[in-house]
Formats: sequence, C-alpha cells, structure tokens
Amino acid sequence: MTGMHRPASVLQDASVSSHWLASKRRRDILQKLLVYPILLAGACVMMIPLVWLLSSSLKDSGRIFIFPPEWIPNPWRPENYPAVLDAIPFLRFAWNTVFVTALALLGQLISSSLVAFGFARLRFPGRDLLFLILLATIMIPYQVTLIPTFILFRILGWLDTYAPLIVPYWLGGGAFFIFLLRQFYMRLPLDLDDAGRIDGASTFGIYRHIILPQSRPALGVVAVFSFLNHWNDFFNPLIFLSTTEKYTLALGINLFRGYQVTQWHLLMAASVMVSVPCILLYAVAQRHFIQGIVFTGVKQ
Amino acid sequence: MQIIASFRRMPAHIRREAIEGYLFIMPWLAGLVVFVVGPIIASFYLSLTNYEVIRPPTFVGLQNFDQLVNDRLFWQALKVSSIYVFASVPLGLVLSFAVALLMNQKVRFVSLWRTVYYIPTLVPVIASTMLWLWIFNPEFGLLNMMLALIGIDGPLWLGHTRWALPSLILMSLWTVGAPMLIYLAGLQGIPTDLYEAADIDGAGVLVKFRNVTIPMMTPVIFFNLVINMIASFQIFVQPFIMTEGGPRYATLFYVLYLYQNAFQFFRMGYASALAWVLFAVILALTVVVFRSSALWVYYEGELRQR
Repeated sequence: MTGMHRPASVLQDASVSSHWLASKRRRDILQKLLVYPILLAGACVMMIPLVWLLSSSLKDSGRIFIFPPEWIPNPWRPENYPAVLDAIPFLRFAWNTVFVTALALLGQLISSSLVAFGFARLRFPGRDLLFLILLATIMIPYQVTLIPTFILFRILGWLDTYAPLIVPYWLGGGAFFIFLLRQFYMRLPLDLDDAGRIDGASTFGIYRHIILPQSRPALGVVAVFSFLNHWNDFFNPLIFLSTTEKYTLALGINLFRGYQVTQWHLLMAASVMVSVPCILLYAVAQRHFIQGIVFTGVKQ
Repeated sequence: MQIIASFRRMPAHIRREAIEGYLFIMPWLAGLVVFVVGPIIASFYLSLTNYEVIRPPTFVGLQNFDQLVNDRLFWQALKVSSIYVFASVPLGLVLSFAVALLMNQKVRFVSLWRTVYYIPTLVPVIASTMLWLWIFNPEFGLLNMMLALIGIDGPLWLGHTRWALPSLILMSLWTVGAPMLIYLAGLQGIPTDLYEAADIDGAGVLVKFRNVTIPMMTPVIFFNLVINMIASFQIFVQPFIMTEGGPRYATLFYVLYLYQNAFQFFRMGYASALAWVLFAVILALTVVVFRSSALWVYYEGELRQR
C-alpha cells in the first residue's frame, strides 16, 4: 500500500538482503499505521447506526427529539420494550413468523436435499437438461411469475393463509439451494454409495443414512440462509396476507408507520427485537455463514 | 417421446435407477410445473391482455407494450432503478473490495473485524429500513444532527427530489459486508506462491496488486457484480416503506411501480407487461456482463482462444 520501490535486481547483490528485510519491516509498520485506523473508521461507520438504534430504543418518548443527540439515554427507558407488546400484537406476530419460518425452512431442507440427491447420485434420461432448466430458473426474476402465482393462490382459496408462504418451499422452491447441495454431494466419494448397496441399503437408505449425515455442513448453510430469507421476508406476506392478526413481524412492524405520529422509540425497540434472532444465529453459526459464502461465491 | 422409447430398451436395474431418480426430483419437478412454467406461460398471456381483476382478461395484443412506451412513469421507474444500479453497485463493490484488502493484510482479530462489518447485513430489511428512515429524519435524525454539529444545515434527504435517491444509494452502502466476505474468502484463496514468485522477481506492492491480486480476483468480482446487479434491480422494500416512490416520483423504483400497478391499481395485464420488460432488461444486462467477462475475467486452467 505504501508504494515503495525496490530495485528489480535484488538478487544480484548479496548485501541487499539485510536492506530488504529492513525496508520490509518499515513497510509493515507503515502498513499497520494505515490499515488499522482505516479499518477502525469504517467499523465506526458500520456500528454508529446500530448504536443509534439501540440508544433510540431506550429513550423516553420526549427525549428522542432533542439537540444535540444524547447517546446514552437519560432517563433509561427499558420499559419501551414491553410497551411495544401493547402497541401492536407483537407476540402474535412473532409466533406467526416462527410458524411460517419453521415450516418453510423444514420444507426447503427436505425437498432441496432430496432433489439434489437425485441430480447428484442417480442417472436418468433428461437429467442434464433438467438440471440446466433448474439453473435457468435461478435467473428468472420472481416478478415474472408473481401475478399468475397470485391468481393461482386466489383460485385455490389460499389468499390470507400461510400456504403461499410455505407450500412452494416444500416443492423445491429455492432452486439455488438445490444447486448448492448438489455441488456438495458431487464431492462425496461414490464408494460410499457402493458400500451402502453392498450392505443392502435401498437408494433412499443411502440418501438418509449415508449422504445426509455426511452433508451436515452444507445442510447447515441451507438452514441458516433459508431461516434468514423467511424471517426477513416482507414482500410475500405483504401480498398474500390481509388480516392483521395473521401478519408476520416484518409486516407487523410496518403498522407503526400507519399511526399519525411515528413513535420512534417504540419502532426502534421493535426493530431491535426482530433483529436479535438473526444476529444470535450468526453468533452461534458463524462457521456456516463463512462456509456458505465460500461455497457460493468462490468455488462456483 | 424419445425418453419413453429409450426407457423401454433399458435393462431392469438401469430403469429402476431412472425411476428412482424421477421420484427424488419429483418435488422440484412438480413445483417447476405449478410455480414456474405454468405462471411464466400465464404471465406471457396476461401481458397481452387487459385484466383488471373484476372481469376476466380480454386479449388486446401488444396494446400494453404500446401504452408502456408512452407511459412517462414507466420511463421514470426505469431511470430511477438504472441510476440506483449504476451508482450503488460499483460503489458497493469498490468499497467492499477495499475493506477486504485491508482485512487481508495479516491484521489481528480478523474474525472480529469481519463480524463488525457483516452485522449490518444481518439486520432484517424491515428493521434497517426503519432505522435509516429515522437516521434520515430531517429534524431529529442522526445524520442532520451530526451535520449540524459541524455547522452544516443538512438537506431534507428522503423528502427532497434531488436527495431522495442518493439517500437510498448511501443507505445501500451500509450492507457492503456481504460482498466483502466473498472477496475476503477469495483473497485468502490466492496461492501464496504467486506472491513469492513475484517477490523473487522484485515486484513492488502495486505491481503485485495489479498483476497477481486483481487477475486472480476477477472471477469473484464478476460473481459479485452479477449477483448485486440483479438484486439491486429488484429492490422494493426500501422505497415502498421510506418514500412510497416520492417525492414527485424521484424514487419510483421499477418493482415498486410494478407492485402499484398489480396490487393497488389492479392492472394485472399491464403489470405483467412490466414484469416481462424487467426480465428483458435484467437478461440483457446479464448477457452484456457475461459477454464482456471474456475480456477481463481470468480463470485458472482456462485455455484461451488463439
């Protein structure tokens, strides 16, 4: 980063090597002097909005509109959090969100791991063409299928139920996860399957007792990202749910905006509460996040 | 037909494997027909109809597309989304690359730095949208309060036609953590012997960056570019909640306009036409990027055409 120039003929001169080491050390120190302050400044920019979020969520409703801003709330108002539960049916929304997320995630795990197994481990006519179609569907923006899907759910009488938020994921919704798992299965040795067959395992037995246990890291990646997708989803609940009691958290929090005056302290407290599970998930499953990113972004 | 014929000629165990294969992919195959292929065909048909929900669709040919070309809001939406994509994607990619480079300088506590930069990405979009709505509040928001401390009278941000779109671009930079993680993983995957070889040749830091780091990272840059471009074109929640497209259509994003047509004005045929144009735009952009990749993306082990 320091842009220092060294002679190109380093190796020709033996005395240069001590020189070279000294300049390398100097460069390292310079580098540290630049790298850490910049990283720290960036980290502050990243964290300040979150500190502001937390601080606003603990302020008295009157103290939120003062200048200059207070970073440490005075008085301290943790009561804002239970107050959210009175302002909107927060627990009801939380339960709805857990219900939808759990069922959609389960469906996505089961169906994508089954389908990926078929593509990775079994031979059948048309397989490669079908896999190509699967890859193509990843590229199609969901807006193209949105309106007919909406009409279909209306015909089925599924509007204002959770079925549109769950059923598609039991039917291979999330082609990307199938792709990811298939790539992972492909790296497991075929000897595993053969050993299973010799022991008399059925194909399903091989999937269930050999491949699945070997794929824990990849299934973890799918579970983590599927959780985040469904927990954070705003668009689908917005389109398919209309009764307030059925709202998920993402949709329910938006109710604060409907009131005449936005109660920022409560809105911020609600935002903290909806974020906590996602951040906790990262804390316990950090490994899966990093792996997922390496799978998807680097080893295509 | 061909498949069925080849099926008959198969030995029993191979046929069995094929049947099992179809059974395993059945959930996806059923979903493909019901939720993808069927809707695509229906959507194509609907884009050629006038369908306002209360009456059955009536076929009008290319009328929707004709109307679209003369729809000022359609052009405005296309413009808003394009500006957003062409500003936020390159800015985000450069920033996240820079941060990843810094973190790759053998700094201590990498996992802590990584976490700090990644946490904003973990905040659900509904929460981050509300938070930034509050930050951008012209009177009591964090941004203008901080500007006031150094004597600057901050703008109305989301309330001003000139500032609303830049505000959303600025906000998008808060989530550079995701591409940053991908870059970091890529940087850590560059074989060290390439750098050692460059050292022996006496290459300086900048030369190594230009001739080793950048070429080895082009596949990752390419990946981030494509993914972020497609995702940014489909942004919806932020304008829906923060600005509702305003002020004076300054943040009328494409998908927001599509949503309004479909679910607020109930012009489902017209909205279908909008969806197909969006598809065409995204496809064209992706094709251009893929085509251009031959010129600038370097894959190890790839044989170039002579």
